[in-house]
Amino acid sequence: MARTEEVLESAGRRRRSFSPRYPGWLTTPSLLYYAIFFLGPLAILVAFSLATQTGFDAISYGFDTSQYHLVTDSLYVKIFERTLLMAGGGSLLTILVGYPIAYWMARYLSTYKLLALLLILVPFWTSFLIRTYALKIILDPHGYLAEDLGIDIMYTKWAVAVGLVYNYLPLFIIPVFASLERMDWSLVEAATDLGAKPYNAFRQITLRLTLPGVVTGALLVFIPMSGEYIIPNILSGGNYEFVGNVIGDQFASAQNQPFGSALSISLMIALSGFVALYILFATKEERFGA
Amino acid sequence: MSSRGTDSAYDVEFRTVTKRFGNLTAVNAVSFQVRQGEFLSLLGPSGCGKTTSLRMIAGFEQPDEGEIVIGGVDAVGTPPYRRDVNTVFQQYALFPHLTVLDNVAYGMKQKGVGRSDRYQRAREALELVRLTGREKHKPSMLSGGQQQRVALARALVNRPRVLLLDEPLGALDLKLRKEMQIELTRIQGEVGITFIYVTHDQGEALSMSDRIAVMSDGVIEQLGTPAEIYDRPRTAFVADFIGEMNFLEGTVSRTEDGEYDVTTAGGVVVRARGEATRGQAVKVGIRPARMRITGATDDGVVNAARAAVDTKMYLGDEVQVVATLGDGTQVVIREQRAGADAPHDAIRPGDPITIQWDRNAPVLLAETPTEQQE
Repeated sequence: MARTEEVLESAGRRRRSFSPRYPGWLTTPSLLYYAIFFLGPLAILVAFSLATQTGFDAISYGFDTSQYHLVTDSLYVKIFERTLLMAGGGSLLTILVGYPIAYWMARYLSTYKLLALLLILVPFWTSFLIRTYALKIILDPHGYLAEDLGIDIMYTKWAVAVGLVYNYLPLFIIPVFASLERMDWSLVEAATDLGAKPYNAFRQITLRLTLPGVVTGALLVFIPMSGEYIIPNILSGGNYEFVGNVIGDQFASAQNQPFGSALSISLMIALSGFVALYILFATKEERFGA
Repeated sequence: MSSRGTDSAYDVEFRTVTKRFGNLTAVNAVSFQVRQGEFLSLLGPSGCGKTTSLRMIAGFEQPDEGEIVIGGVDAVGTPPYRRDVNTVFQQYALFPHLTVLDNVAYGMKQKGVGRSDRYQRAREALELVRLTGREKHKPSMLSGGQQQRVALARALVNRPRVLLLDEPLGALDLKLRKEMQIELTRIQGEVGITFIYVTHDQGEALSMSDRIAVMSDGVIEQLGTPAEIYDRPRTAFVADFIGEMNFLEGTVSRTEDGEYDVTTAGGVVVRARGEATRGQAVKVGIRPARMRITGATDDGVVNAARAAVDTKMYLGDEVQVVATLGDGTQVVIREQRAGADAPHDAIRPGDPITIQWDRNAPVLLAETPTEQQE
């Protein structure tokens, strides 16, 4: 007993001597920044959502849940549904477009691997807004795509989907590329050696082992897609509103901060559910070892 | 893969197989046959073409020229998943997300073997490699030696026509490697499957194989039993690669009655059994253990050479002497010591000695491998 304690203690001492433990208060500046500029606005948002509107741009704080009742109105529930469906569909499309690119980069490129990665990231160097306007030119009803190929999808949900995938693709490709880079390709050889046809080897080995990267990437694009308002605004011409557009309207034109805030908080709660699912998946992966 | 092909005497046959990677010819017009149930080693230094040959049998690489016949059927163009061969990979390549049991059952799952049947057979395979009680573990929870056994079971459970092993013991420590060598030989004897074993370790090849193909620069230098390869190496490369060898260069000065003499530049006359062409410049090899040190100093005797001792080293039961001949050739002599061995113990660096050997000790070595038929 005493011996064990001694061993543990010496192990602890050894660990301390190798990697010094910095005092916790050194994180204070970061935590302070986080509290003021992240938790602060969130608190204001919560306070707004529980306040009562007393007139145009005038509110009185309290504990009024009526705004949340309004959110459950079928009109807004429909917009929530549409937003989550579009974000989900957009994420799915991103997987279908992004996975092959990441796979190709990780498996078949060597000299130009980093260059390809850089090119994937290049769109991020320009403004999101400008890129979306550029997309509008391609999708224009009088553009080549519409007139020569007959793909006239401007101002429809398909235009919005294309915009979502285009804008968030790099965010998906990076984590998936990282997990494909770690892939041991001899496992795929082993699978085919054991009689697995190429598709089965891909599904059972490659896809299965890179699934954590796919889930991370999908979540990374799903969350911002759900909060998107520029893309639906520009590419659907107001025909296909997301929750983000409604929230924007409440703050910008209707001056109804309590309702806008209640919508925001509701969206956050809905998305938290997905994040919780992800954490559940991630810990399970870790526990069973991938 | 269920079709067993015709009943050829050979499980695998290379017919002038060539494989190039860009400018590099990895395998150069190689031909050989692997008999049914045989343990054949492909032995050679890295880059000699042994792994490429193995990968062509597995189907991961396709030859540029020639035929690879597996079980009497030309397998060129057949993808790996339709070949009746299985591989034990160098780093095991166990599926990290599957349990040991699921790893072993993977091949049978691909072939549509029912769940209970494949688990039953997977358990039997794990028993064969003596790894039980770990069925539910993930590979990462096993030691290197245990992972090795899983890899072996996963390949063997499919009862392939040929099992390919790509330096499977390379990642294990010496003690475990010795243990697994014995295990592999036992398992091969039990299952009777043809083993093709790639290694760069000559000791491993000598101790386990029925036959060894020594490869260098994309060609087979010599193919034969371990004893043939060790005792009668055909080329200088084989002689040097397998064990230690002293090389003496000279000209064939006499041929008579199935014997020949080689006279070196330093005047040493090597007389040995065998055929040689008079006047030809040749290289002969003599194993260090086949040389002995004598007190005699008589000159002009065949199969004897005077030398000066450079170093002497005790190796327990043996003593190793490095000495330089009159013409500057350095030779290694390894002799058994019996108890307090006064003559050997008296040897000091700088001492003049005479080295002798029997006429069946020297082997005539060719510079390049000649075409050989079994």
